[in-house]
Amino acid sequence: MYGNHAIGEAAIRAGCQCYFGYPITPQNELTEYMATHLGRRKGCCFIQAESETAAISMVYGASLAGARVMTSSSSPGMSLKQEGISYLAGNELPAVIVDVCRGGPALGSIVAGQSDYFQATRGGGHGDYRTIVLAPSSVQELADLTHLAFDLADKYLSPVVVLADGMLGQMMEPLEFKHEAPEVLPVRDNALRGARGRPSRIVRTCNSNTNEIEELNWSLYRRYQLIKKEETSYETFLTDDAELVVVAFGIAARIAKGAIKTARTEGLKVGMLRPVTLWPFPSAKLAELSNKVKNFLVVELNMGQMLEDVQLALGDKAEVSFYGRPGGVIPTPSEVARVIARLYYQKGLK
Amino acid sequence: MKKVFTRPNSLKRTPFHYCAGCGHSIIHRLMCEVIDEMGLQDKTVGIPPAGCSVFAYYYFDVDMAEAAHGRGAAVATGLKRASPETIVFTYQGDGDLAAIGTAETIHAANRGERITVIYVNNAVYAMTGGQMAPTTLLEQQTTTTPYGRDMRLEGFPLKMSEMLALLDGAVYIERTAVNSPAGIRRTKKAIRKAFQTQIDDLGFSMVEILSPCPVNWKMTPLESWQWIDKEMTRVFPLGVVKDTAGKSNAD
Repeated sequence: MYGNHAIGEAAIRAGCQCYFGYPITPQNELTEYMATHLGRRKGCCFIQAESETAAISMVYGASLAGARVMTSSSSPGMSLKQEGISYLAGNELPAVIVDVCRGGPALGSIVAGQSDYFQATRGGGHGDYRTIVLAPSSVQELADLTHLAFDLADKYLSPVVVLADGMLGQMMEPLEFKHEAPEVLPVRDNALRGARGRPSRIVRTCNSNTNEIEELNWSLYRRYQLIKKEETSYETFLTDDAELVVVAFGIAARIAKGAIKTARTEGLKVGMLRPVTLWPFPSAKLAELSNKVKNFLVVELNMGQMLEDVQLALGDKAEVSFYGRPGGVIPTPSEVARVIARLYYQKGLK
Repeated sequence: MKKVFTRPNSLKRTPFHYCAGCGHSIIHRLMCEVIDEMGLQDKTVGIPPAGCSVFAYYYFDVDMAEAAHGRGAAVATGLKRASPETIVFTYQGDGDLAAIGTAETIHAANRGERITVIYVNNAVYAMTGGQMAPTTLLEQQTTTTPYGRDMRLEGFPLKMSEMLALLDGAVYIERTAVNSPAGIRRTKKAIRKAFQTQIDDLGFSMVEILSPCPVNWKMTPLESWQWIDKEMTRVFPLGVVKDTAGKSNAD
């Protein structure tokens, strides 16, 4: 199945009831899929909004009403969505936001990029908040992590970002859906649909009492600590005997995996740590690996964004090198294999 | 003794924080009277704006949720589409609706969203201290047009009701003013009709209400009422701007 379609089908099977989008390459097939397959479903709705800002505001409205709701975009559009994501986070409302990332800055390129790692993992909008960020690395994972995103959003009453990229969105792979679409999901307990049989409720952050807003921030902080403890997720590949560990996510990890297989045939002991959750970041696992491994190579389709998280996690316990291709350029596995081999010998690892 | 005047159930007992002579408290009360009379209290969700009425949720005893500045119509759209049986209104000022939220408002109206917009036009950004609004009159002094609004520099007062009336999805639009007992009664009828348009599933409805802001206009409350009649209504004429509801008018 086509990557962008897989996200859409997974969302419908996760019980997504509302989708609000705005055309932007390279995620258009997802918006079109939702128009075709969600728009006419009973109790569901699809709107092609007038802007990304409007789309995320509609997401906010539907989430207020207790619906499972999703929007999707790509890098420039994600910048516009940050306003609404901050409102979702501040008002503790679940939503799934898919970013089929391309190369920036500004209008940039329309093919794959990973230049929005900072934007996704640091909150992105104004205020002291985080979003859970899931980074798929295959079409199967586009589907699996989209489904997981809806569950995590509801569990933690928080927006969840699926950070894909233009290559994943545009490629075709076999996959298996693990869930059937539910008939109609029950309305979430705290839905705002009119105060029938209960006192009226207010959903708001704005308050002249700063103590109350400080308490909200503490409450979010405690939830984020819980998410770090419970939801951090990663994949390791051939790390048991590794002398050099590559750290990469998403499509870069896919490319690096190919490079590592080549390196292994040449006898180089190379492994990989692939964060599946970019926030929370698997810092503890990296620190654990650094007890044995002293050389790490971060590979990204940007100029070094996740690199900073790796450096924070490792401190001075290991040496961290970096290889990045920004602007939408996608390196081949053999190119990354050459970088691995050169580094391996430079560090005297043989 | 027979009770002839009382606080509507939908209006909380919280004292208003609004300035003396401000129109918001009158409009809040009118809306709550209509919500009570139409039996909508337990099926309504309101979206207040960023602006002086940001704390409207402390006064309306219905479900309320904040929205980002200007996004009221889009938030209301999402809410209404996810829960079509809920009665959804936005309460927006001229900065919110006619500047930062122009796109959201126009497209919600054009889609014929079944929402009711209460648009309070006082010709200034009041909460931030009286800056120029899109609706500020020519020659009107504000903190950002200290020499008066100059058409060649700041353009002209924006007439949202007339603009929205061009859209097929907009069904009922009326402009009223709350600067006289007659105007207040008319405003209540218009609000009722706007909610009825939504209940009847006909399309987008909006009431634009000219509302005094004596503090930022640097007038007494009485002068501000007179200024609406003498100046504002010349640019923003009162009356039904559009009604394709096909039923009885607000009278």
